[in-house]
Amino acid sequence: MKGKRIIPPIMLLLLWQLLSATGVIPAFKLPSPVQVAAGLADLIGTGMPPGHLLHLHVYYSLQRVLLGYALALATAVPLGLLMGWSRTVCAMIEPLVEIVRPIPPLAWIPLSILWFGIGIKSAAFIIFLGAFFPILLNTINGVRGIEPVLIEAARMLNAGRRFFFLNVLVPGAMPSILTGMRIGIGVGWMSLVAAEFTGVRQGYGLGYMIMTARDIQRSDEIIAGMLVIGAIGLGIDACLQLAERYLIRWR
Amino acid sequence: MSIRLEITDLKKVYAGNTPETVIDVFDGMNFSIQQGQIFSIVGPSGCGKTTLLRLIAGLEEKTSGGILLDGKSLTGCDEQVGMVFQEYALFPWRKLVENIEVALEIKGVDAAVRRTMAMQYVRDFGLEGFENAFPKELSGGMKQRVAIARTLIANPQVVLMDEPFGSLDSQTRNVMQEFLLKIWEERKDTILFVTHNVDEAVYVGDRIAVLSPRPAGILKIFDVGLDRPRNRTGKEENRIKSDILQLLNASAAVRPPS
Repeated sequence: MKGKRIIPPIMLLLLWQLLSATGVIPAFKLPSPVQVAAGLADLIGTGMPPGHLLHLHVYYSLQRVLLGYALALATAVPLGLLMGWSRTVCAMIEPLVEIVRPIPPLAWIPLSILWFGIGIKSAAFIIFLGAFFPILLNTINGVRGIEPVLIEAARMLNAGRRFFFLNVLVPGAMPSILTGMRIGIGVGWMSLVAAEFTGVRQGYGLGYMIMTARDIQRSDEIIAGMLVIGAIGLGIDACLQLAERYLIRWR
Repeated sequence: MSIRLEITDLKKVYAGNTPETVIDVFDGMNFSIQQGQIFSIVGPSGCGKTTLLRLIAGLEEKTSGGILLDGKSLTGCDEQVGMVFQEYALFPWRKLVENIEVALEIKGVDAAVRRTMAMQYVRDFGLEGFENAFPKELSGGMKQRVAIARTLIANPQVVLMDEPFGSLDSQTRNVMQEFLLKIWEERKDTILFVTHNVDEAVYVGDRIAVLSPRPAGILKIFDVGLDRPRNRTGKEENRIKSDILQLLNASAAVRPPS
């Protein structure tokens, strides 16, 4: 079963290599897999721009993502618990959420730069916006999905407000919160790379790296950079899946 | 024996948008339960048995009337009233022993102390070896034993049971009835036991209130007065059962099912 999963990607790579080698696909439009691999080696060893090595780009990008994501988590989960629990709070806040939510995070870039300047703060703000709404909406849904009889059981046991939030609402909504976290980190990660296209002060970041490669027409490095972004996204999701397996093992 | 729970002229009306949608659940209900008794309530489905329990539990508000515990009016959810739900209502994210000790945790009992107390219940309730299992890994009968333990560990003055064995197969149901009586013999809790199963009501109850369809009223209260262990098919038991069934049939015939 597991072996079969890797057959299609390998077939695709072989086909791609074949079409490139026979000149059907011109190298300046789409470099061959072998060239992309060489591009990746260049990113690791020489850097793009030269001296700016791949692992530092990854480091800065992750730093921005984690800051924005942590902020989103710290605000969206408590707000979602409150909105899911109280119809009044929800009715007050929902219109605001519904107006802001459809605005793509990237549309905030001009304002973000105006408010926070070019740097980690403005990038983190974009990620915050991308991750905030999926986490918020899923937390609200999670709370509403808790079986009413469990809430009544907690009332019959005379649970105080604090116990109720921490030991009934949070664990009850956890499956949904985790779904929101997985969607949120995905949106955040995608937004980050785009946010970095518009410039970063330190000259580091995967998005910045790709844009620099584009400026000097190194399409092999562009594709290698894209693959690195994909691989890291996959890795983050795998970590969250692991957390999920532990946190909701009771399911 | 003293009166533990007294219900006086209890009324519950669900307001509707039009006069036709107003639902009169019960219109002046009266009964009282002695301390240490098991008081069964039987009635046709939809007659408001569950609503009655929910009013006493404080999960719903009465329209008027009195609910008195040891002579004092009950308002809202009170820690002196415990509830066992038909759906068990165990917290699925808590292990068995954590579910039992939750009431103590809420009361602020020290972690080691409450674990020791909960483990005593685990042993007494025949749940040993499963203390670290999550509810999804337990059978229906085990889940309900956990739910009963979770309620009793808080030592409530009145235990409300809403069709507690209603989701179990008849074999498990019998076992659970005997288990409940065994526990009760040791503790003498005051139990209000709602069921739609006449056999069950007669087997566990010291007294049995028979309810009419909505608006529900008490048709009759039977004093069983038989020694335990009872014979499920004993002569006297069967006589009471047939009396109850006759009452229920007669009252159902008065109002055609809507």
